[in-house]
Amino acid sequence: MAGIFATVVKRDLVLVTRSPAECTTPVLFFVICTTLFSFIAGTDLAVLRTVGPGVIWVAALLASILSLDGLFRNDYEDGTLDQILISPHPLPLIVLAKIFAHWIAAGLPLLAISPILGILMNLDSHTIAVLVVTIAISTPIFSLIGAFGASLVLSQKKAGTLLSLLTLPLCVPILIFSVSAVLAAAAELPVAGHLMLLGSLFVFALTLAPFATASTLRIMLGN
Amino acid sequence: MWLWFHKLGTARYFYSLATTLTPWLAWLAGLVIVTGLYLGLVVAPIDYQQKDAYRIMFVHVPSAWMSMMIYTMMALSGAVGLVWRIKLAHVACTAAATIGASFTLITLVTGSIWGKPMWGAWWAWDARLTSELILLFLYLGFIALQSAIPDRSKAQKAGAILLLAGVVNIPIIHYSVLWWHTLHQNPSVSKFGAPSIHTSMLIPLLVMTVGFMLFFLTILALRMRAIILETEQRAKWLRQLEETA
Repeated sequence: MAGIFATVVKRDLVLVTRSPAECTTPVLFFVICTTLFSFIAGTDLAVLRTVGPGVIWVAALLASILSLDGLFRNDYEDGTLDQILISPHPLPLIVLAKIFAHWIAAGLPLLAISPILGILMNLDSHTIAVLVVTIAISTPIFSLIGAFGASLVLSQKKAGTLLSLLTLPLCVPILIFSVSAVLAAAAELPVAGHLMLLGSLFVFALTLAPFATASTLRIMLGN
Repeated sequence: MWLWFHKLGTARYFYSLATTLTPWLAWLAGLVIVTGLYLGLVVAPIDYQQKDAYRIMFVHVPSAWMSMMIYTMMALSGAVGLVWRIKLAHVACTAAATIGASFTLITLVTGSIWGKPMWGAWWAWDARLTSELILLFLYLGFIALQSAIPDRSKAQKAGAILLLAGVVNIPIIHYSVLWWHTLHQNPSVSKFGAPSIHTSMLIPLLVMTVGFMLFFLTILALRMRAIILETEQRAKWLRQLEETA
């Protein structure tokens, strides 16, 4: 069980190091998206402080979801996915390993760059700390939900917009609790409640998403 | 009983049953809706606070109920289709999606028209409004997914899984939006006040709901027949039906 998990994670990470663009593009998208908003909001630091957390959050959400578009596509096109399906190992576990590898490649860089964006948005250090914690809990949830979406749009060539339409409504609760936590931190209110709700959503997604993704993959590959 | 159920699951039997029932359902729906409108627009008393403007409720509230009921029905039907592999259940999902999306849109539009004189704004980021808007996105996502997958059987099954994921998420979305809303300042409007609705207004509301359900069944039967005609166009029984007609 643990063996196949480690093998799949290692394989996917090796593939990422061969084409590093896969993990740099989401980060660049994240940074550019946030920068664009500052043009709209103007240079007023007080305004940036109030809209900043929301802006960083929407950018992080879009960057995670859009990068998930191709999670299964390469494996689908070169036939690896068929081999994975007929292998004796449990499919949800392999799916979970792929999601985990993707989160390391695309989610961790987002997490690393987010404090800098927090400084750009003129947030204080306590707020930035809470922002980083919420991003750390939420990007895995985005990866789990996004992987389910990616399995649904498996056969489409350019499915970024369809993937967003399918998964963004499901991400609303995560966005609400994360931004609430950051805003509460900025207002010096307790944040533990929001973080616990986020944590429970993470556990919920972790339990159900791999199974939903696995059964969708089985359907899309026709068995 | 089980035999009848099994028979109903076949396209051929359902098609002939739906063909017989559709005109009856249509006339009954028309009759009930006209009665409901008469009761609601003429018989029901004027509201002491909202005057006549509240009467849009007799369209707004039944549509809102229908929009939620149809999504639940689609999810159940999708689960039945996935578990027992009944094709007709998937056909019902596909056929119901557009109707459900229309009811959701009607709810949002009539709600806006009602909100303008009552709240002074076309739109407020109220919890129920936002949940309804997200429900519309869920419907549209389902429709977009089904039209994007060329293989019909795969489209139906993938759609059914998406419906199940959506129905698991709807309570979470609803409560998160509710809490988000209460975290902010509470706007001083709520749809119904503390006192429950008076019988003279409740009866037209229920009549309209029954009318809308009958209307939904009529359109559902029509759309399911259209999909059956499309998928079974090479079937022998359909040719025979065509020849006798």
